Amino acid sequence: MRAKLYMKNSNAALELINIHKCYGNLEVLKGVSLTAQKGDVISILGSSGSGKSTLLRCINLLERPNQGEIIIGNEQLALIPDKNGELKAQNKRQLERLRSRLGFVFQQFNLWPHMTILQNLIEAPVHVLKVPRDVAVARAQELLRKVGLADKQDAYPGHLSGGQQQRVAIARTLAMDPQVLLFDEPTSALDPELVNEVLAVMRELAEEGRTMLIVTHEMRFAREVSSTVVFLHQGQIEETGSPEKVFDNPESQRVRDFMASHQA
Amino acid sequence: MLMDLQGFGHLLLSGALMTIQLALASLAIGLVIGLLGAAAKLSPSPFLRIPATLYTTLVRGVPELLLVLTLYYGGAQLLMWGASFFGYDEYIEVGAFAAGVAALAIAFGAYATEVFRMALLEIPKGQWESAQSMGMSRGQTFFRIIFPQVWRLAIPGLGNLFQVLLKDTALVSVIGLNEIMRQASVGSAATKHPFDFYLAAAVLYLALTLLATLVTEILERLSKPELRGRRA
Repeated sequence: MRAKLYMKNSNAALELINIHKCYGNLEVLKGVSLTAQKGDVISILGSSGSGKSTLLRCINLLERPNQGEIIIGNEQLALIPDKNGELKAQNKRQLERLRSRLGFVFQQFNLWPHMTILQNLIEAPVHVLKVPRDVAVARAQELLRKVGLADKQDAYPGHLSGGQQQRVAIARTLAMDPQVLLFDEPTSALDPELVNEVLAVMRELAEEGRTMLIVTHEMRFAREVSSTVVFLHQGQIEETGSPEKVFDNPESQRVRDFMASHQA
Repeated sequence: MLMDLQGFGHLLLSGALMTIQLALASLAIGLVIGLLGAAAKLSPSPFLRIPATLYTTLVRGVPELLLVLTLYYGGAQLLMWGASFFGYDEYIEVGAFAAGVAALAIAFGAYATEVFRMALLEIPKGQWESAQSMGMSRGQTFFRIIFPQVWRLAIPGLGNLFQVLLKDTALVSVIGLNEIMRQASVGSAATKHPFDFYLAAAVLYLALTLLATLVTEILERLSKPELRGRRA
């Protein structure tokens, strides 16, 4: 099977077209379209239940959307309906390949507790990308230095604080050299005093020009690092634009109310 | 002397060897059955879930002795009936060792299914998701990420089951396999010193179960390397 090529928008790192997602009768995403150009940092805001996390999880099919198209780089993920009417990957290999190009950072870190930090970082590069072990180790050590945890490579996840675990989780996704980074409320499970060390790492990544989609409740951070802010309400994009526009001058009354109650 | 085995000691030792072989063979097969059973019981498909549930309910509900006797006397008939579907009509004989291992493995597998099922349920969904989000296949995720964690949760329960299995090997003496129990009764009948032989048998079983406990503990410690520094 040949991947469909999209030449018209060759600078797009990620394109979502008309994503729908239902849980039973509840439609949590009602046709969301979104394009991330290379280097974009897009923050996705909205109250809980607005579908932010579901949207992010649909991108790499951790959730199966009911409708829509997903294009990563210039390759469209081929989807076919499963027996529940949800879309699954037509070709497992393609899904695995595209997933390896998307770094996903979870709220709960999800490090592998039976492996050392170094093993966590080299596992997927060695077994998915088939990178030689010594190359993967060198790269992992470099990434651990970058997130300030070079001395922890032989520790186990259970020995680290939440903030340290999340920094390792970010390093682990970076080890795959992904084209797009997806952050699903990366600081929501952290004690307040540990939030900043994680945001500092993310800020550095944004400054490097990485393409990032961030679901977050950290308003000040979103305003400072985003190139675009998307506000979701009940499964639809309520407003989108530059952080100045969405934070300071939103058109929608709903966004205005939200911003007023989440002083940034 | 408390135990006078009158030259029958080697008989008991050969029985111990047979007991070990029975237990290890049943363990190996039973572990595979248990893992498959747990996977089937947790499967979304009723075609896997229902047979697996029937299996564990049935096997855990009947005495192991019954399984041993049924498989020894009925196993050959069952196999010949099954083979006839594949066009094989020759006579098939089931040996005592094969029947014994089959019965013990089926029993162990039913209990191991429950131990593995519990352990699998303990693994957070995020462990699958983080592996698959990096492009690992389902197989890679299971064998490299999930199974090592299931294993360490399951070891204590499996160790327990193995102890029970070691002692259940005594049941196989009823179909004439020369394990500890049968050798002890042969020796006691020949010498008219039942107490000596049954005491010796008890000591052998105790030694084997102690060894099994020790190995279980070592495996448990090996499976949790992150605790090594902490316990000291």
